[in-house]
Amino acid sequence: MFRRKPLGPLDYHRRFPLQFILIFTLIFIYLPIITLVAFSFNDSKRNIVWHGFTLKYYKKAFANAELMLAFGNSLSIALVSALVSVILGAMTAYLLWRFKFRGHSAFEGAMAMPIVIPEICMGVAMMAFIARVGWPQDLPWPLNLGAITIAHIAFCFPFAAIVIRARLESFNRQLAEAASDLGANEFQMFRDIVVPHMKPGIVAGALLAFTLSLDDFVITFFTSGPNSITFPVKIYSMVRFSVTPEVNAASTILIFLTVVLTAIALRIQNRHQMLEV
Amino acid sequence: MPEKTIEPIIRIEGVSKFFGKKPAVDNVSLDIGRGEFFALVGPSGCGKTTLLRMLAGFATPDEGRILIDGRDMTGVGANDRSVNMLFQSYAVFPHMNVEENVAYGLKIARKSRDEIISRTEEALKLVKLAGYEKKNPDELSGGQRQRVALARALVMRPAVLLLDEPLSALDAKLREAMQLEMVHLQKTVGITFLIVTHDQSEALSMANRIAVMHEGTVRQVAKPGELYEFPNSRFVANFIGKINMFEGMAFSTPHQNRIRVNVENIGDIELDGTAQGAVTLAVRPEKIQISHTPMDQDGLINVRGKIIDIAYYGGYSNVFIDVGAAQPLMADITNADHNGMPGVAPGDMVCCTWRSVDSLLLTS
Repeated sequence: MFRRKPLGPLDYHRRFPLQFILIFTLIFIYLPIITLVAFSFNDSKRNIVWHGFTLKYYKKAFANAELMLAFGNSLSIALVSALVSVILGAMTAYLLWRFKFRGHSAFEGAMAMPIVIPEICMGVAMMAFIARVGWPQDLPWPLNLGAITIAHIAFCFPFAAIVIRARLESFNRQLAEAASDLGANEFQMFRDIVVPHMKPGIVAGALLAFTLSLDDFVITFFTSGPNSITFPVKIYSMVRFSVTPEVNAASTILIFLTVVLTAIALRIQNRHQMLEV
Repeated sequence: MPEKTIEPIIRIEGVSKFFGKKPAVDNVSLDIGRGEFFALVGPSGCGKTTLLRMLAGFATPDEGRILIDGRDMTGVGANDRSVNMLFQSYAVFPHMNVEENVAYGLKIARKSRDEIISRTEEALKLVKLAGYEKKNPDELSGGQRQRVALARALVMRPAVLLLDEPLSALDAKLREAMQLEMVHLQKTVGITFLIVTHDQSEALSMANRIAVMHEGTVRQVAKPGELYEFPNSRFVANFIGKINMFEGMAFSTPHQNRIRVNVENIGDIELDGTAQGAVTLAVRPEKIQISHTPMDQDGLINVRGKIIDIAYYGGYSNVFIDVGAAQPLMADITNADHNGMPGVAPGDMVCCTWRSVDSLLLTS
């Protein structure tokens, strides 16, 4: 005979109203994305009625030189920003973790400011800053991306720093003492003991910075010039004319890239957590 | 070099360490001899761990100095000292396997490949971990991880091995086994061991010499037997093992070196000694005999009382007897046969007897 298992205290998903809420939440979150992806394969100029499966908008998107240039720009910016952010972030996190100094908490708060400041303000501030220092506009590629990259590093590195700092919190300081007890100097201890522990944080921080930079619109919009268009900005300008499946196709590529990178980051983090003693 | 052999391996000279205004270690001077198994014991917060950390180089004395192997350690970093530490959390490097953990110190010291391999192997054999070279720390039990940490420290051939509460995380059975093993290991390698523990029985069973610390100061340094039988103060007597204490007043008698002590609610007792004024009469529970009839003999102290409680521990029982003093008298009886001690039950009136030479007079 079939008997329902009794409800456990945390089995919320099996209680009726909560189940209902859960399903609706998922629908609200994912339906627009699923629609977007589905209609990128729609054989129609308009995004309303399903006319049949096609890949021609992907071909069209890939053939669109401007779009591809923007895509290349975005990837280059994201790569450089992620790299610089994670180095700065790791250094900041280590500094905050390792040393006690005057203004420690003030420094920590100031570092996290770009996270809490509204992005639009960051964007305007960055634009004003770039204009004030007179950043040259007509540099050849990839130097024309410099302004955007600087802006991206400014708002990405606090995220990396926070992720790495959180990772360091779980570090057993006796490990560092053990290393120096065995003769390691400060640098050897850092290289051999602390960095391996920080690694999952570094990877996660880098990927976080990468995805944040890749899909940033607001700050980029204020700092990009006519010759330095990024992927999100390009899509925005395409949408202003009409929402064609080409835009859907381009967006799908971006979603795919972001999901894959996030999955990799989570995997690396989990693997390291399992190794913890 | 005859001078070298009498020179202590560790000399602590008037060392103090302050946390804020409060001294954690207060003007401690201590010599630890070559090849000793020395224990620092005391309740938590007595400064023993701070002292150990200053020896290891993780903390610096605010006053005084430390000499290790005749060398002044002032301004010498932890990575440059000929001492190694066994950490309470073992601190085995989680991302290195057993072999890499043990070899780490030698690699830092830039030893040759052959030397690293042979010394690592030797150290792992010493702690009975041969065959575990390629295991990761997360595949090891707590006891095995401790052995890795031990091998990692011993492989450096330190002048002194510092052990910070090494056995506190192990279960009771394993702890006893490890105590014995540590003692054997220390004899085998001949390295001076300095152990910090809050567990007085651990110190008694392992160490050659013990320093009892309290509130940042060393209260007594003695061999285990001496410490247990002849504690120099109420604190030490209370901290090491169980003891009965009674407040009393000491008066001189016509005989030299003989005093009369008037103990609260018990009466007058005559003892050897010279103390005057307020004293504490102390006696260990196992020195007390319980019987139904008093034994009148010279040199015996008899106290009558009613049994109020018996705590059974298997091999022995703790009997609590109300003798009219503030604290009940505690006596140990050995449960030498299957029937325990017949005729002893709560409510019985009994006579507690001990030899006066087995009692202690504490004045501080």
